[in-house]
Amino acid sequence: MALTPFQVDGKPVQIDSDPQMPLLYALRDDLKLNNPKFGCGLAQCGACTVHIDGQTVRSCVMPVSAVKGKKVTTLAGLGTPEKPHPIQVAFLEEQVPQCGHCINGWVMTSAAFLKKNPKASDAEIKTALEGLKCRCGTHVSILRAIKRAQTLMA
Amino acid sequence: MTHNLNQDNAHPTGVQQDKPEFVSGASRRDFLSAAGALVVSVASGSLPVEAFAQTAANAAPSPSVAIGTTLATISAVKPALKAEELDSWVAIQADGHVVAYYGKVDLGQSLDVAIAQIVADELDVSYRKVKIVMGNSATSLNQGGASSALGIQAGAKPLRNAAAEARRILLNLASEKLNVPVANLSVFDGVISVKGNEAQKVSYAELIGGKYFNSKVVWNKQIGNQLDVKGAAKLKTPSEYKVVGLSLPRNDVAWKVFGTEGNIADVKVPGMLHARVIRTPVAGGLADKVDESSIKHIKGARVVREKNFLAVVAAREWDAVKAAKELKVTWVAQSKPFPEFEKLHEHIRQAPTLKRSEDIKNGDVAAALKSAVKVVEAEYLWPFQSHASMGPASAVADVKAGQITIWTGSQKPHYARDGVAALLKVPVETVEAIWVQGPGSYGRNDAGDAVLDAAMISKLIGQPVRVQGMRHDGTAWDPKAPASVHRARAAIDASGKVVGYDFTTRAFSRATIDSNESDPRDSLVGMELGLPPKGGITFGTPEESYAFDNKMLAWEVIPDLIASASPMRTSHMRDPVGLQIQFASEQFIDELAYATGEDPVAFRVKYAKASRDIAVLKAAAEKSGWEPRGNAKRDRRGPLLSGRGIAYAQRAGTIVAVVAEIEVDRKTGRIWGRKFTVAHDCGLIVNPQGLRYTIEGGLVQALSRTLFEEVQFAPDKVKSVDWNSYPILEIKDAPEEIDIVLINRPEAPPTGAGEATCRVVPAAVANAFFDATGVRMRQAPLNPTRVKSVLTSI
Repeated sequence: MALTPFQVDGKPVQIDSDPQMPLLYALRDDLKLNNPKFGCGLAQCGACTVHIDGQTVRSCVMPVSAVKGKKVTTLAGLGTPEKPHPIQVAFLEEQVPQCGHCINGWVMTSAAFLKKNPKASDAEIKTALEGLKCRCGTHVSILRAIKRAQTLMA
Repeated sequence: MTHNLNQDNAHPTGVQQDKPEFVSGASRRDFLSAAGALVVSVASGSLPVEAFAQTAANAAPSPSVAIGTTLATISAVKPALKAEELDSWVAIQADGHVVAYYGKVDLGQSLDVAIAQIVADELDVSYRKVKIVMGNSATSLNQGGASSALGIQAGAKPLRNAAAEARRILLNLASEKLNVPVANLSVFDGVISVKGNEAQKVSYAELIGGKYFNSKVVWNKQIGNQLDVKGAAKLKTPSEYKVVGLSLPRNDVAWKVFGTEGNIADVKVPGMLHARVIRTPVAGGLADKVDESSIKHIKGARVVREKNFLAVVAAREWDAVKAAKELKVTWVAQSKPFPEFEKLHEHIRQAPTLKRSEDIKNGDVAAALKSAVKVVEAEYLWPFQSHASMGPASAVADVKAGQITIWTGSQKPHYARDGVAALLKVPVETVEAIWVQGPGSYGRNDAGDAVLDAAMISKLIGQPVRVQGMRHDGTAWDPKAPASVHRARAAIDASGKVVGYDFTTRAFSRATIDSNESDPRDSLVGMELGLPPKGGITFGTPEESYAFDNKMLAWEVIPDLIASASPMRTSHMRDPVGLQIQFASEQFIDELAYATGEDPVAFRVKYAKASRDIAVLKAAAEKSGWEPRGNAKRDRRGPLLSGRGIAYAQRAGTIVAVVAEIEVDRKTGRIWGRKFTVAHDCGLIVNPQGLRYTIEGGLVQALSRTLFEEVQFAPDKVKSVDWNSYPILEIKDAPEEIDIVLINRPEAPPTGAGEATCRVVPAAVANAFFDATGVRMRQAPLNPTRVKSVLTSI
């Protein structure tokens, strides 16, 4: 067991755990956050995605000890109903999620990508989102939402 | 009185709506043209009006319905939850809001919105005042849960009837209160007023708000999908609808996008332990030795075992995960029950036939084949497929003496309650199922097993338990959609007419375990505790209206691979057996078109008999800019080959045709379904935008199954355990465009939309592949490896 201090959505936290425990379990089980989801535990689907110091990370395979002193942002830290991120506005307007279990991954990944590549082409967007899974088949509305977000952010 | 419902459409986030569809009172035929879509001629007259007249007639007054509800009989106490109690279906709250109790569930496709629209219209209240409570066994009746795309088709019926009955009673109560005959009253948004003197009025809330009708409706004594109730009220006709037909946004998008509420994976209850169920790594394996000392270094972790049901529990989730991974178990397996992966379809051909059913048998097919000038014959193969839901299933159970609560993502929560009661051998009244939306559910996935697992573990340890699978539990152990072999033969006469048609499927049963978990014999834990599997034996046949002179549609089911807890047991997965069957039948129809020198659209239109089917085929062809295809030689030398294909089918009253436009990359073997045009007729459209999203999602999911999905296995195990070994569609494979033509038929009762589109996608893609390459792909999935192997020949 080891103590790992870090920040989640701007608040300091400290997790006492097996240092090898993936960050996802700290967020979901210890901190009771709903947003990052367990999808595969293998970094194959993206449902657990968070930002660490601005980079997208699959929290299901990142040991909690590796985030010591870092700033973790989850979906709730990206935007709120009162102060939404443009990606969230676009996903809402396009009514994207069906079951919603994957949506954290798409929102977090596209938010980080568009921040660096606001004018990305369709092909670049598709490449950036490769590896994310959606089982309900909402891909077409996801692409519509990202285009909409690009307009909102322009 | 006209009621401007545009206020109901206003959405704070400005969701893009189909404006033309909002015009209240406008003919719904108008919106097709107004929205820029194809105008399809709608058969008016006989069929339409009759269809609804029939519905209204069914709701005629019945002697057993209490017509005499008065102000004095209103009760402050809610009657027990029974189908024949009007209060079980609708309630008027003190503030005038209406609550409708829906015994099905919405899984992100606007069903709750559509039900609220229907209730709002029948009750004459604005949409905003209607709240839908769904899925919980304590507050709703068993309407079958999500099932067979019947959410509106069957699920709306009792709610519509109950809402109309509530309105009728409210008018009677107002008549009593205002001392004015009902005929002189009118209703506007939950306020009943006197015609010509609208100041004299009383609201629903003033009449009954917060209290109960204490009135009976007539129950048809069915439970599940068929459950219906009738009152004495006359139902509205489609021309009176104000809210039905509008594109209203969903209620569950915001919390999903902001993560402000959780789904089933987020349910936590005080004192709860985390559990992981440990299932045999080899099919049919039994746990011989369990070395409990192998996890003693993990704090608080312990083994829970009953017969062949094995699990670990721990206070912290990660400790349960570690314990499941590190627990040493010796498994003993008697045999290797599965065929070699490559020999799956040979196994299906050779296995004994458990049952043969000839669902359609017109004329003498054998004689027609014998005397044919030409016989066309083909065989098509479909693999096992996995639900592979977005997250492995989870569930929470709190089993206390005399009081059991389960939280489940099962799409049939009432049946989950029944299954838990039967498994634990307790009265069903002592179990309450609370439904929480899960990580996708398109049939009998792993959620039904998770909830029974959780209940059994909670009972064994006497504490609340949360169960969740790992990825391999979900993909390897969920029930599978059955693999199949389809053989089709057709007789063609000297004039080129198809005079004989034989389509026979051989397959594993569509559901070796039932499509719900109400019987523990249909659950993994039940079988692990020694219950023999119940076993279902059925399949299905193509749904179309082709009028061939001699026609046989048949199926044959072969035995399941093992009679115990099997990772290859089959059950319902979105549009059960529809993709398999129509992949074959609609490809074969295409083959017949080419064999007789006809264009695939023209051939279908020529032989399809039902007028609505023909309208759908023509709509898809016209909207897609279909150009007749033929046998003329094509230049196929480029690196990218492109082609178009069409397929059509019926599904339980809904008719859909899809034109696929694909590109085939000769070098990589990748098929890209670039554009799809869908023509869709599901009768009366309740919520056009919700319908569009439902069609889109179903289409893309079916495209994934067409191009990529195939359960890998060895003779003793399932080898598809994650997204690498069970690949699905990636965003680069998503269509560039899905063009949807909605054919609205207000005169026809609404039918399902969640599954019909799925079944025509595989053949539309395969037919487009033939158009592009000149080669038939008669085995799914059409993955790059298979495509490359067939393209070497051209």
